[in-house]
Amino acid sequence: MLAYTLRRFLGLLPALFVIITVSFFLVRLAPGGPFDQERTLPPQVRANLDRVYGLDQPLALQYVHYLSRLVRGDLGPSFKLPDFSVSELIVAGLPVSATLGGLALLLALLLGIPLGVAAALWHGRPADFGIAGFVALAVALPSFVTGPLLALIFGLYLHWLPVGGWEEGSPRYLILPVLTLGLPVAAYVARLTRGGLLEVLRSNHIRTARARGLGEARILLRHALRPALLPVVSYLGPAAAFVVTGSLVVETVFALPGTGRYLVQGAINRDYTLVMGMIVVYGVLTLLLNFAADVVYGWLDPRVRHD
Amino acid sequence: MIEISSQPLWRRAGRRFCGDGKALVAGVLVALIALLAIVGPSLSPFRYDALDWHHLAVPPQLQSSHWLGTDRLGRDLFVRTLYGVRISLVIGLLATAVSVIIGLAWGSIAGYVGGRTDDLMMRFVDVLYALPYLFLVIIFATFFGRGNLIGLFLVIGAVGWLTTARIVRGQTLALKRREFIEAARATGVGTPGILLRHVIPNLIGPVALYATLTIPDMILFESFLSFLGLGVQEPLASLGSLINGGAQEMQAAPWMLVVPALVLSVLLLCFNLIGDGLRDALDPSTSAER
Repeated sequence: MLAYTLRRFLGLLPALFVIITVSFFLVRLAPGGPFDQERTLPPQVRANLDRVYGLDQPLALQYVHYLSRLVRGDLGPSFKLPDFSVSELIVAGLPVSATLGGLALLLALLLGIPLGVAAALWHGRPADFGIAGFVALAVALPSFVTGPLLALIFGLYLHWLPVGGWEEGSPRYLILPVLTLGLPVAAYVARLTRGGLLEVLRSNHIRTARARGLGEARILLRHALRPALLPVVSYLGPAAAFVVTGSLVVETVFALPGTGRYLVQGAINRDYTLVMGMIVVYGVLTLLLNFAADVVYGWLDPRVRHD
Repeated sequence: MIEISSQPLWRRAGRRFCGDGKALVAGVLVALIALLAIVGPSLSPFRYDALDWHHLAVPPQLQSSHWLGTDRLGRDLFVRTLYGVRISLVIGLLATAVSVIIGLAWGSIAGYVGGRTDDLMMRFVDVLYALPYLFLVIIFATFFGRGNLIGLFLVIGAVGWLTTARIVRGQTLALKRREFIEAARATGVGTPGILLRHVIPNLIGPVALYATLTIPDMILFESFLSFLGLGVQEPLASLGSLINGGAQEMQAAPWMLVVPALVLSVLLLCFNLIGDGLRDALDPSTSAER
């Protein structure tokens, strides 16, 4: 198990390196720069700015500088928000984004697994079709459709919940964003749980357990659920990536002060360090979550540790 | 006695697809929406970018000539929504084509050449998979494709090819060991010749199926980018940019949000149902269950 975990962890490093390298050059090679404005700067000012930020050096050298700073945990200064370093900006927004994402994932598991189990147990009955309908809707509709619609219905018409804002993370302000972000994941989890459980319930070891006279509840909890949840666990990695990117939209829709807006803003403004900082942080986050999902999977299913 | 069906896979799949009520309805609905998007704008007296100063932000009314209302600038929402559907469908199809071409080339080369090339190429795909790829789309789109429709579908297609590449590689590995490939090699056909004449034509079936499943994803990417303001730019409309505009005006003019949101929802739902139906129709293992 330890060797498996270690091997998986070491596999992250080349992936991270490729991500950083590819995005660094992509971002730099694109037309435009951070100091292109409507009003062109005098050449001396421009040259000074370029010198301060190291933009006058060859690209390869800038890349090496960036990497060496990155290794020391420094994401550099922001080009467009000169009073802040990229780390400060991201650290300020991250708690909001992390709360949102964490709660959405939690909701997905706490809602999705029971729904999937219910659908499998009531296979072919009205409840199953009802859940299937919800799943089809929630999987198909993107958060930039469901978010504004939820805000319209529950915020503007029913006045139950605020339409947007953060207010130090008070629960009322969290409900709609978390639902918007978490429901599609919950639906997918429900679909996987249902499929997995239906297959396991038909297998031989469950028949044996029934033959031994065990109660249905015990069979479900002790024997069926663990193998049935394997697909859900392997989905957790992609789910994490989904939540990470989905939070961009949800933060925009509900005007939350998270980190999401920095990516789009930074890209539009050609704020090189800010964009890179976002890619590094979110890339590391996604890789780590994928890694965690792999480890849990290896723990649940001993077969994968040995290939 | 077991009855052995001698019908070709495609005909049987076609019959099963038509027997699947949901998928068939979804297919008809998509066809209707597409038809409406093609002919609809000419039924209305308004152009998509025409400003009607006498009807600013009027709600939907069937008696008036603005059937689905107008936005704050007096532009007709019916026409704009249908233009949005046009753009979404066209970009969806073109981006799917781009992603299929890249995926087909990448996967078949990796699978056929094999060895270290294969390892390297598929490792690359793995790494891209691990990325939150919408990030890449955003970066690509802002830097290369902002307001540029050709750039936009190239960008979207360029990130959608990963799964196609994996599927194609798997199929190529299986094909590679077949006798006719060996025969071609024995008669001295080079690698490009074998790939183009023998491998790729045999991959068209599964690739076409997967392409249908890709279309809704591509439509989704496009509207996602347009929603963030990185895709289609004013005065052109896409479903995503209309939803974004509607979300900002939803207090005063909720129809501006509801109309494009409903249309996009129906479109995506239908494409998903079609995809599910196709998968079921082509997968023999699901038939025994029902």
